[in-house]
Amino acid sequence: MSNQKMGPMRTFKIAAFALSLIGLSCTQVEAVEVGSPAPTYSLPSASGKVDTASLKGKLVYVDFWASWCVPCKQSFPWMNEMQAKYGDRGLHVLAINVDGKQADADKFLGQVPAKFQVAFDPTGQTPKQFAVKAMPTSYLVDGDGRVVYVHAGFRESDQKSIEAAIVTAIDNMKKR
Amino acid sequence: MKLKFRRMLVAIHATASIALFAGCAIQPPQPWEKANLAKKEMTMDADPLDQAFTQHIYFSKESASGGYGVGGGGCGCN
Repeated sequence: MSNQKMGPMRTFKIAAFALSLIGLSCTQVEAVEVGSPAPTYSLPSASGKVDTASLKGKLVYVDFWASWCVPCKQSFPWMNEMQAKYGDRGLHVLAINVDGKQADADKFLGQVPAKFQVAFDPTGQTPKQFAVKAMPTSYLVDGDGRVVYVHAGFRESDQKSIEAAIVTAIDNMKKR
Repeated sequence: MKLKFRRMLVAIHATASIALFAGCAIQPPQPWEKANLAKKEMTMDADPLDQAFTQHIYFSKESASGGYGVGGGGCGCN
């Protein structure tokens, strides 16, 4: 019965707590860097649901793309090549689409063939967790779920250095 | 006591409103939210005809041929 009447101090404390929650929701998500654990995800894809657990033990190339992003379009043939070249050595290319409308993504995929797994996140939750700073951004996640390489943007001249990072990551995973 | 309590509530409400409306509203769009900004009609020179008219009016008013950056003119004879 003692808590039937709420004292002003108690109200103030609750309000302060609520305020701090609002403050927290406004703060930026901490950047995902090399060495830090990759955020978890569970997304629908063209070939069923894909999540962090199902890809454990593989070297995952997580790429964020959108239909309106021109360099993303350029990266697709290269990602096809990487999946074909290193797929049997443990590489799994996972391209996460961030279009708000599924139709835009489907139209894009009709024009640009993708021979790797494509997942969809229209809510933008996953890129937010990964703290994507540019489109496209890609992350190499090793078998233990650690980020080993981050690359923002995509140019022809970037292809060699990303491929080198993939090879290094494959070699590092084999050593253990 | 009752008045004091009410004032406190008002103050808390005001602070919460400011935090809610000012804290989050001024965030720029995130990189993955720029679908509309990437459209052609969002660029400065989306329509070439409109751009040509703008240029013509500009250099006619300024009496300087070329508008932006093109050399020559200044006679106002365009």
